[in-house]
Amino acid sequence: MSVTAKGQGRTAFAYLAPALLILGGLLAYPIYQLVLISLYDYGQEQVSGGAPLEFLGLGNYRNLLGNQQFWGVLGQTVAFAAVCVVGTLLVGAFLAILATRVRTWVRMTLFLAALGAWSTPAVAGSTIWLFLFDANFGFVNEVLGIQGFSWTFDKWTAFGLVAAQVIWCSFPFVMVTLFAGIKAIPGEVLEAAALDGASAFRTAWSVTLPLLKPIILVVTIQSIIWDFKVFTQIYVMTNGGGIAGRNLVLNVYAYQQAFAASEYGLGAAIGVVMTVLLLGITMFYLRALRRSGEVL
Amino acid sequence: MRRWLTEGFVLIIAAVVAFPLFWMVLSAFKPEDEIISADPVPWTTRPTLDSFTRALTVANFGRYFMNSIIVALIVVALSILISFLAATALTRFRFRSRTTLLIMLLVVQMVPVEALTVPLFFLMRSVGDSVPVFGLNHLGSLVLVHLAFSLPFAIWMLRGFVAAVPVELEEAATLDGASRFRFLWQVLFPLVAPGLVATSVLSFIHAWNDFLFAKTFIISAVENQTLPLALQVFVKPDQNDWGAIMAGSTLMTIPVLIFFVLVQRRLVSGLAGAVKG
Repeated sequence: MSVTAKGQGRTAFAYLAPALLILGGLLAYPIYQLVLISLYDYGQEQVSGGAPLEFLGLGNYRNLLGNQQFWGVLGQTVAFAAVCVVGTLLVGAFLAILATRVRTWVRMTLFLAALGAWSTPAVAGSTIWLFLFDANFGFVNEVLGIQGFSWTFDKWTAFGLVAAQVIWCSFPFVMVTLFAGIKAIPGEVLEAAALDGASAFRTAWSVTLPLLKPIILVVTIQSIIWDFKVFTQIYVMTNGGGIAGRNLVLNVYAYQQAFAASEYGLGAAIGVVMTVLLLGITMFYLRALRRSGEVL
Repeated sequence: MRRWLTEGFVLIIAAVVAFPLFWMVLSAFKPEDEIISADPVPWTTRPTLDSFTRALTVANFGRYFMNSIIVALIVVALSILISFLAATALTRFRFRSRTTLLIMLLVVQMVPVEALTVPLFFLMRSVGDSVPVFGLNHLGSLVLVHLAFSLPFAIWMLRGFVAAVPVELEEAATLDGASRFRFLWQVLFPLVAPGLVATSVLSFIHAWNDFLFAKTFIISAVENQTLPLALQVFVKPDQNDWGAIMAGSTLMTIPVLIFFVLVQRRLVSGLAGAVKG
């Protein structure tokens, strides 16, 4: 027995070797390096070898927490993600409910359109939206009769435009998942509620909603994770974080600090902060998954 | 009557959702004077391929298209091989650190890969010193990172498909004299093919859509850029060639759209499987 177990272990690790090599070298090691770099003053001189590495300990973090711009960006990131998540969920849930009340061909038309939005690469989607909302040649301004109005110049219209684009490409996931969830509720349950004299609203509130709770929880947390780390849309649509960086979110901020300002240590520290925040959300996610019956 | 109203409303929503894509394709076929007209109209009477020609010749999109395809296909091929072997090991064998590995696979999926740009940039820089093909400015660096990012999910998802193949089948194959190697590639591999399709599509889209790592790694080698980056380069504050940009966007969206339509059912059930209540 022990001989076979040993042989099994050896074969198993032979099969696992390529995966472990790649994951160890390109995920585990970089995570360790990320934390390490965040503890150093690591700028252009250090990279080119012109100056010695200086260990700062938590200096980068102290720097960050004392920086007003960081807190501003953090607040913006949370607010932006919140708007995107709420918008995505409302639109997705609303359309999922409507989809249950129409004939198949109408539903398929809606799903096909949603599939198109879902599959559009973020860069392409961002440029299409930029063109649609272009100040002079955009179709939207033509329809609204406000030609020459720049959507990306003002801080809030720029954020709004990006949020609309993010909602456009992420509501299909919520819609399709919730629709599948609604369809999976056995008809007998709803019939029983109707027989007991429950109104349509009462049925939706007291029967459908509780049954959908696990799915709603999971799509919510999944959306939070996605929208918290939006990079491409902000970068492309506001041209790298807006005028004077007023449209920055954490991800873009970290990138700009590291690769535009050559403050690699500071950029890495922002990355660590983001990872810790997201792992916190993930803990909720795992607990939600376990509660909904998923097992390891 | 009420159903008619609801259906009409849903169709209008579908039209709004599809409109950006319609506008993209339409603009790609419009002649240039209609694109930069101050009064854009949602149709064209003179469709032309000029924008595509400009995108492919002047902007060299053909080259970037090929680069994107190469990266995505190599990532898909390697991730199929590696994740299939790993998933088999994790389902078919019992060994001590198995559970630990499974939990780590799950946790690693939650790490925001965007945060790893800084360490990966320096890693690729030093890798490039000894193996230039995998270093900065080369497509190999993109292959490596996307492979690493797509493996955890691919292994996780394939595990279920491998587990669904009855163990008796392996015993029967062994009794018939098949070596473990033959069983692996001629029996098990074809049986988990549906799972491989779903994971490959996700790996493909992940590599195909990537903007951040292409931007970070491909700094000066213009000839090694991928589509998302090339598209961004042609968006300039003024004097945008919107026609060529829309043609490029169309070229970039079509492969993903085809993949999505082909596997939407499997994708949705796969995703729904992960969240089933």
